[in-house]
Amino acid sequence: MQTSSAVNGANYLTYQGKYKGLLGWIFSTDHKRIGLLYMYSIATMFATGLLLGLAMKFELLAPGKTIMEAQTYNATFTVHGVIMIFMVVVPGLPAVFGNLMLPLMIGAKDVAFPKLNLLSWWLYVTGVFLVLAALLFGPGAPDTGWTFYAPYSFKTGTNLLPAVFGAFVLGFSSILTGLNFLVTIHRLRCPGLKWTKLPLFVWTLYGTAWIQLLATPVVGITLVLVALERVFGVGIFDPALGGDPILYQHLFWIYSHPAVYIMILPAMGAISEIIPTFAQKHIFGYKAIIASTMAIAFVGYLVWGHHMFTAGMSGTAQYYFSLLTFIVAIPSAIKVFNWISTLYKGAINVQTPFYWAISFIFVFMVGGLSGLVLGALATDVHVHDTAFVVGHFHYIVFGGTGFAFFAAMHYWFPKIFGRMYDKSWANIGWLVFTIGFLALYTPMFYLGIMGMPRRYYDYLEEFHGGNILSTFGSWVLATGFVIIVVNLIRSARKGEPAEKNPWHSKTLEWTVSSPPPVLNFDEEPVIGENDGPYNYK
Amino acid sequence: MSGDKPHIVPYRVYLIILVALIALTLGSIWITSIEMAEYTVAAALLFAVVKSYLVLTYFMHLKYDKRYIKAMVGFVFAIFLVVIIITFLDYLFRA
Amino acid sequence: MEHAHHVEHPDMYDEESSKIGMWLFIFTELLLFGALFVVYAVYRYMNPDAFHLAAEELNRMIGAINTIILLISSMTIAMSTTALRKGHRKLAIALVSITFLIGLAFLVNKYFEWGVKFSHGIWPGSEHMLNEMSQGEILFFGLYFVMTGLHALHIIIGMAIMVFAIRGLINGKVQIDRPSLLDNCGLYWHLVDLIWIFLFPLFYLIH
Repeated sequence: MQTSSAVNGANYLTYQGKYKGLLGWIFSTDHKRIGLLYMYSIATMFATGLLLGLAMKFELLAPGKTIMEAQTYNATFTVHGVIMIFMVVVPGLPAVFGNLMLPLMIGAKDVAFPKLNLLSWWLYVTGVFLVLAALLFGPGAPDTGWTFYAPYSFKTGTNLLPAVFGAFVLGFSSILTGLNFLVTIHRLRCPGLKWTKLPLFVWTLYGTAWIQLLATPVVGITLVLVALERVFGVGIFDPALGGDPILYQHLFWIYSHPAVYIMILPAMGAISEIIPTFAQKHIFGYKAIIASTMAIAFVGYLVWGHHMFTAGMSGTAQYYFSLLTFIVAIPSAIKVFNWISTLYKGAINVQTPFYWAISFIFVFMVGGLSGLVLGALATDVHVHDTAFVVGHFHYIVFGGTGFAFFAAMHYWFPKIFGRMYDKSWANIGWLVFTIGFLALYTPMFYLGIMGMPRRYYDYLEEFHGGNILSTFGSWVLATGFVIIVVNLIRSARKGEPAEKNPWHSKTLEWTVSSPPPVLNFDEEPVIGENDGPYNYK
Repeated sequence: MSGDKPHIVPYRVYLIILVALIALTLGSIWITSIEMAEYTVAAALLFAVVKSYLVLTYFMHLKYDKRYIKAMVGFVFAIFLVVIIITFLDYLFRA
Repeated sequence: MEHAHHVEHPDMYDEESSKIGMWLFIFTELLLFGALFVVYAVYRYMNPDAFHLAAEELNRMIGAINTIILLISSMTIAMSTTALRKGHRKLAIALVSITFLIGLAFLVNKYFEWGVKFSHGIWPGSEHMLNEMSQGEILFFGLYFVMTGLHALHIIIGMAIMVFAIRGLINGKVQIDRPSLLDNCGLYWHLVDLIWIFLFPLFYLIH
């Protein structure tokens, strides 16, 4: 602490720690630097996944073989899924904006365990390299789909083990981040910051951290079992040895369904910060949003079976899972109503983050409502394993997390880099991206209802029109992405210096300079009786 | 260590708990050697639950910890139980 | 950008943070083994007779001995935290060392137990298992090896943490007002004990 005067004037981007240059970043335990490390790594992986997605869409431009063989296509969708799920959307908002903003928002100097936080990032990178090793070495990239379903996952001749191990390590990284955040939120809130005064983004990180903690180990051990079965021939899920492959699906989805709530809760949290800021109005139903956050986290933990309606479960289980799935829709809808109500009679300041937030609500609703089609038993039998499912989860997972990620990015960008981006290019990027998104995924609903199956590199002639539109959309979306990224990179280096609080927000991270000083707060903030994260006049 | 003084558990308490745990272990061996058909599992698990309660409460200090920590532990065991029950909604009712 | 001094982060030591951090980690371990218990429960429900038959193969005596020595080790490490708080550093070191040795004894027992299985031709994917055993028995032994093996791995991890705790006690990093490493070492060891409390009846006692 005595050294803090030596760094007066330096912020977290410029200070010189024990190491210089790149080492000063990859060995830094500063939560903000770790957040940026995550941002750059995740952006890289997202771009990789995006390229694989573009390749798939190009293959589907015309029936029959366009650019790749069936086996290549199988490997492409597997790797696209593994990258996008385990490396992008699961760590996405919590690891990037959680790390960057959580301590700032609760008035703390750092997270509870800074070294553990750095270890999480290193584990993340290790997991990434393990998965990439599966692609580059051995007898071909995995072709099981990102779900690694038994028994194919221990029969396939492709190089599955490093990918499974990589997913395990990524899970471990995610667990440690969750653990760190939970302890941080419990112990490091500044004086006066009661639970009922926490910003909603913090609340959603709290709910997410619990899911990370309680769900991830289940998939961890399941992947270990698959590996053991593959290497040693232990009989666990192999039906030839008496195992039940459906049990694998149970265990897999016990994690992987809650995983979508790991993705979507912090996304909702970010939106809950942006909407009141740009409406300059207290968030409508603060406690209702907290309650619905925790309800989603809890009930979302118990609905995994709706991924298995056609797998051969008992009828009783099917009814139960369908019922609870519909119940999860209630807290999700509560949030949407709260956001809309916050806007009512607000003094709305239409800026880029606001555009992203509003379009988030739209794609989230489309994704959510199409989810009900899949949650209902009868309609699920009709559309399961079709393009409809692909459309649904891209609306929710990519639309939900992706739009919220960009909203958060444009919202906190001036705080993170101390510079403002070019707003007109940012708006153009949003518009192009959104048009591309809608063109890319909306036809999939139609194609799925008409019966086009997913996960094939080929399709019948009658599905050609919809696929052309979809592929065209993928190009527009990619163009939008490039515009956004180029604009942000250029602005981070050359943009106008940003003020402390350009959006006139009330949460704590906006009370420090931009970019924030090394230890966040020169004096520990104190929250008074009448202060609050959304107390706009 | 801020403020609240740490609770020092006497050695004697740990010794008593150990004796109880060993007694319960022997008890569980004894009871499972009796032929009780499907109740054997229930009996063995009952003994295990009592033993784990003792370990959690005394060896792991939960008795002396703040209430929210106890609540978290209880919550985790409860959610695990719920997961088992839900999984068996499938297996118990398969045709 | 020339700053002569290093920026050291503040010491964020907080006993309660360390404690709940450890508890949260224990939760993940519980769920990890919990998933295996779900697998066990499902397969036991599907193959009740085979599980009975297969459990006959296991030696109750070794299982019981291992249970009791693990319970004793739990007591010794719990006592070491008391010793530290009373300022008896040497006693604390002795108690952790004893715990370490008991852990080693557990592993030795386990080694011989597995050895006997191997000499009977029982190991995952063995000829004997594939040709002579029913599917239920294969599942039982598959789970037996996975669950006791994973448990043994946790014993080893627990013992590794003890080494750090002993080192800390010797060099003063662990002391009366910084007891977290020893406390957490103890918590972790009790978790290992806790899991064994369930493994023992489920594999050894039910036949």
